[in-house]
Amino acid sequence: MMNKVVGNQTIKFERKPKIISSAAIVGPKEGEGPLGEYFDKALQDSYYQEQTWEKAERKMTQENIDLLLQKANLSPDKIDYLIGGDLLNQTVTSNFAARKFAVPYFGIYGACSTMVEGMILGAILIDGGYGYRTINFTSSHYQGAERQYRTPNEYGDKYPSYKQWTATGTGATLLAKDGQGPVVTEATVGKVIDLGVKDPKDMGSAMAPAAADTILQHLNDTGRTPQDYDLIVTGDLGEVGSKLLKELLAEKNINLQDCHDDCGKILYNSDQDVGAGGSGCACAAVVTAAYLLPYLNNGEFKRIFVVATGALLSPLTSLQGESIPSIAHGIVIENESPNNAIGNFSYEE
Amino acid sequence: MESEVRGLNYLAAFLVGGLVCGLGQLFLDFTNYTPAHLLVGMVITGSLLTGVGWFQPIIDFAGAGITVPVINFGHVLTKGVLTEVEREGFLGLFAGVLEVGSAGVSASIIIGFLMAALFHPKE
Repeated sequence: MMNKVVGNQTIKFERKPKIISSAAIVGPKEGEGPLGEYFDKALQDSYYQEQTWEKAERKMTQENIDLLLQKANLSPDKIDYLIGGDLLNQTVTSNFAARKFAVPYFGIYGACSTMVEGMILGAILIDGGYGYRTINFTSSHYQGAERQYRTPNEYGDKYPSYKQWTATGTGATLLAKDGQGPVVTEATVGKVIDLGVKDPKDMGSAMAPAAADTILQHLNDTGRTPQDYDLIVTGDLGEVGSKLLKELLAEKNINLQDCHDDCGKILYNSDQDVGAGGSGCACAAVVTAAYLLPYLNNGEFKRIFVVATGALLSPLTSLQGESIPSIAHGIVIENESPNNAIGNFSYEE
Repeated sequence: MESEVRGLNYLAAFLVGGLVCGLGQLFLDFTNYTPAHLLVGMVITGSLLTGVGWFQPIIDFAGAGITVPVINFGHVLTKGVLTEVEREGFLGLFAGVLEVGSAGVSASIIIGFLMAALFHPKE
């Protein structure tokens, strides 16, 4: 076997797939948040001129893939694989969105870790020589997810301060063997971790141990310290989970204080009534696609580690009193020429 | 004299009704249960209080203070059963459940249908 495995759980991409384009569309609330200006588009209302929220989510997902292709100046026939997943039952948003494109498709489910799971799979396909370009995309929709996972939207359940707000939005990235843009250098695939948290409203606490495990494993495998990264960014631990993550890692003598942030914390303002912060597939996806990647591209970051976290529960398992298994997938993205902006993710044949 | 009695009635209704709702609010704030749990819990409480014969004295004292909150639905269900059991025996256990409560149940269904047909959730 070629030497692409580093340590126990980390893999190294020799061909360093390039992220040549990224796109993100968000809902109204996310558009009003601190990152509002970075997104390609913010919806005016959650229905997006459709009859249902599920249709709205599908519509923005399709539109976002079109936008991604347009930004990269590519047609769908230049894409070898679509890799998509979302939160709705049977991942219908991704499956239905993919039918619009005549491109081979992998449907995946990693809950809110889907974005990074898709990027890892895309990078493996490209690095393995099984394709030249892959698109990975994911989405979530607050109202659609709320009524599937929790209670009907009209129900008026209380909103505890530790609960997180499922982000409305969709993010996509285009990975390619050749072209210009930040490169994917390594990935650490997470294990399913379950420490017995049962409250489906407290997903930050459920997911923090998974994030801690993946970060720890990654640092062990690569022999690095957190300070080797400009940013270690978790997907959607929110306020509660981020605090717990730091505590868990501090127990192992790893200090994240200066170089950690969380997509769920930076997506909203503190006065937006979102409990402990954002969550949902879109949370890590839109922040990565619209904010982190452009910053890498500009050379402001040299190397970041994106750890997207997913709570692998279903409404049925929580009603049956089961605890919440969680996962965290990490991916290292670098700008190899940090002093120069490397173009607008431009594509070269 | 009459207005004094009426004033006391209002006060009793206000205090008892407020107590029931206040307890419900505390239940939601300090436990992890949902409004549905509270609703069912209230109905069962009303049913039990009726069964042991304590509910009617509370109504006599507090009036609307106890008949307006959902706890009264439990009372209405059990009262229907008790009345019908006295008249028909065992069958009354089934026949009586909705006898007094049918107005409330039908109104919920019809109004619920109208609300769902007319309105669309926003956020």
